[in-house]
Amino acid sequence: MLNDFLLLMKSELVLAFILFLLLIIKVGKEVTNERLLSLIQILLLGNFIYGFFFIESGSLFGGMYITNGLIAFQKSIISLGIYLISLLFSDWLKKSEHLPEFFILLLSAVIGMFFLISSGNLLMFYLSLELATIPVAAMANFDLDKKISSEASMKMILSSALSSGVLLFGISLIYGATGTIGFDQIPTLLDGSSLQILAFVFLFTAFAFKLSIVPFHLWTADVYEGSPMAVTSFLSVISKGAIAFILLTTLYKVFAPMHALWYNMVMLLSVITMVVGNLFALRQQNIKRFLAFSSIAQVGFILLGLSSYSVEGTSSVVYFVLIYVFSNLAAFGVAGAISQSYGKELIEDYKGLYQTNPFISWVLALSLFSLAGIPPTAGFFGKLFLITAGASKGNYFFIMVAALNMIISLYYYLRIVRAVFMDKNDQPIAKINLDPSTKLGMIICTAGIILIGLLSWVYDYITTLSI
Amino acid sequence: MNLTLLILLPLLTAVVILLMRSGVQVKWSALIGASVQFVLALILFFAFRKERASGNEAQMLFELQYKWFPSWHISFHLGVDGISVAMILLTAFVVIAGVLVSWNVEKMTKEFYLLLVLLSLGAYGFFISLDLFILFFFLEIAVIPKYLLIGIWGSGKKEYAANKLALMLMGGSALVLVGLLGLYFNGTEKTFDLLLLSKMQIPVMVQKICFPLLFVGFGVFTALFPFHTWVPDGHSSAPTAGSMFLAGISMKLGGYGCLRVATYLMPEGAREYANIIIVLSAIAILYGAFATMMQKDLKYINAYSSVSHCGFVLLGIGMLTKTAIAGAVMQMVSHGLMTALFFAVIGMIYERTHTREVNEMGGLIKVMPFITTVLFIVGLCSLGLPGLSGFVAEMSIFMGSWQNPDPFHRIATIAACMSIVVTAVYILRAIGKTAMGPINDRYLLLEDAKWNEKLAAIILIAGIIAIGIAPFWLNDLITPAADEIMHKVAGK
Repeated sequence: MLNDFLLLMKSELVLAFILFLLLIIKVGKEVTNERLLSLIQILLLGNFIYGFFFIESGSLFGGMYITNGLIAFQKSIISLGIYLISLLFSDWLKKSEHLPEFFILLLSAVIGMFFLISSGNLLMFYLSLELATIPVAAMANFDLDKKISSEASMKMILSSALSSGVLLFGISLIYGATGTIGFDQIPTLLDGSSLQILAFVFLFTAFAFKLSIVPFHLWTADVYEGSPMAVTSFLSVISKGAIAFILLTTLYKVFAPMHALWYNMVMLLSVITMVVGNLFALRQQNIKRFLAFSSIAQVGFILLGLSSYSVEGTSSVVYFVLIYVFSNLAAFGVAGAISQSYGKELIEDYKGLYQTNPFISWVLALSLFSLAGIPPTAGFFGKLFLITAGASKGNYFFIMVAALNMIISLYYYLRIVRAVFMDKNDQPIAKINLDPSTKLGMIICTAGIILIGLLSWVYDYITTLSI
Repeated sequence: MNLTLLILLPLLTAVVILLMRSGVQVKWSALIGASVQFVLALILFFAFRKERASGNEAQMLFELQYKWFPSWHISFHLGVDGISVAMILLTAFVVIAGVLVSWNVEKMTKEFYLLLVLLSLGAYGFFISLDLFILFFFLEIAVIPKYLLIGIWGSGKKEYAANKLALMLMGGSALVLVGLLGLYFNGTEKTFDLLLLSKMQIPVMVQKICFPLLFVGFGVFTALFPFHTWVPDGHSSAPTAGSMFLAGISMKLGGYGCLRVATYLMPEGAREYANIIIVLSAIAILYGAFATMMQKDLKYINAYSSVSHCGFVLLGIGMLTKTAIAGAVMQMVSHGLMTALFFAVIGMIYERTHTREVNEMGGLIKVMPFITTVLFIVGLCSLGLPGLSGFVAEMSIFMGSWQNPDPFHRIATIAACMSIVVTAVYILRAIGKTAMGPINDRYLLLEDAKWNEKLAAIILIAGIIAIGIAPFWLNDLITPAADEIMHKVAGK
């Protein structure tokens, strides 16, 4: 039993160990931020690498906690993401007065996400979702001297409280309709009665809040804009990824018998989300708001893949999230470096960036191309597979709309490329001295963007896990 | 020969360019890369002829297949038939000339050559891929380099032109994507493999939906009316080599796609929509020709005349006869060489006179005999003088078109033929005003072409004259492949 416990929950235990280590360091003697950050980076890297060893599948606590190869891989993606965040925003983190607290909060949220992905029971799901949300709201307030940051935190708390309420209501309806909250038992008891459909709608609404699916996206842009860049990137990449993974389990396992019912809903929401996200992204001037809306549009593509209800759907969603981690974090990393050095967050300020900072310009351009789905970057493969998975049900009208959305998104991604490479500016942003670890993070992201797509075994590996 | 070399070499060149420090090193490595690629293309040509001469009748030669995303039924499948070999030769000619012509680029030389090489990589990959997924992959690879080339090194309304081009081409690829997915899911088994798909019976309903998607999608690349509007803006704003690549190679991607993917895989669809294609391409031919008459800017003249000339490619495909299809491929090769040369000459003139307005020039033959001679040759080729490549190609298309006996095809053919008269008018007028007449004093001290420009022009002229005088080389290459396509379309 103890062996099972140690082995199956190893990823959570490792994170908890790092968390307690940080707590001890915090109460112990003073350590400079530089050394502490390097320690954290090494620990997070170790955590990421360790995620690939001793992968077992099984369940604990009477089915409350499940793990298998795919779940372990999903957790590895999240571990990779937090490692990259610790690298990319090292400048900001070093200057922060509360570095240990930041990572304590972040790791608690990540532990919550790990439990979330592994949950096999609606109660476990609810608890871990709260654990994954509340620390992030505290992190959103991390720019203590900025009013906009507290505003973001408040908005996030309020919207997640609302979504939690809706979620709990949905859970209670499901319990009322089926008499169980276990992921294993629910599908056997689903018969498509109207109460169950209502319960599903409430449950899905909670997901929609967290994933910022239109029309539940309104909190996204404000929260993203107010939060510090590191938190914004965490919210838009890691949080979204974790929620997408659990949505995958919920739709494909728990509500599998109702897939004919939810297929149309997910497809429709996917297209609406894409269109609205894209149209709002067109006119944004602030890079954070811009990336917020573009991430809404990306979620639309994730939903498109989800709608397919097939092995391809699972693997393409996981694959896309992996790519999304690299591409979006690279974009946020560049934006963060610029914002940290010169406090500039407007797209206008990026004019002529290439003349002074060729390296980060190329990183930014590659990440934007990957987000837009241009080959040879990985984003091309990610998007194409999502679209192909979505097309397997033969709904070509929606596929056409999705393909046209890729053009709209290209337009606004190219806006930034144009500002960086083509527009003239007498006073471009001066040369930025990148922290070596930031540079390392960008190089890892770039390598990921280029290689994850071209090396097909990454996808094949995910497929073998998904079956 | 191993076809992956054709992709690996540009990749290697790109890496070498990235490692180089000074502009001179970059230029020379690009030139060496392009020359080796040129030699490779020639080797491929002769190896292909040898194989065919030795009686190898396989549809595709030098096939290669590697595993790539097997769970999506994708494979890295390469192979060439005569049409692909012709297009690869064309690409090699244009690339080497483009590299030579850009010798004077001072602004961000490294990036410029890197993008040129990436663009050529996309084209080479596109022409040799036998898997629709990688075909699409290479098609899209080529879009962003074009965007950056125009946006950074272009002139005039360059940002507008670059955006318009990138978005319209992406729109075309979006249509192509949906069409490809339709093919993928509706064959007897799921596959992206072109040869497997060609052997399947694709339901007629699917063909009726997917054919227009694919044809229009690829058609955007090759200036199908009314989706041609990116052509004049894009070409005229691009830097010289950019225009050469755009008109010489990039527009041919579309024509090749229309033929190889849309028409070949969906014969019923092709027959269903052939008349619409003919009407649209006839409009493009005439409209392009008349629009050219009104232009005063040399680059716009060539851009609009490209719309007209590429209309012939689509007309040839729409006519659905063997001769016309072979003619369409010849027209692609011929127009690629000719228009690349034309843009090269325009670039040379512009570099010296700093204007592209026809009215501000005159008498240039007195100071730049070499450049104006090239201008004459390319002009004559454009208006279809026998002995040059344009004549051969257009003649085959007209012959092929005339094989359809009904009045509709006849009228369309006659209408298309009339454009030749208009072509003669605008070409002769433009060349006359540029080269003849009294010379402006400002231009008296201008110099003639330098070695790199001469070399570029000679390479392209060699191609044009070779096709004009000995068309059977190209014809022997193309006709069996066109035959194969016609067999499928005729349903035999």
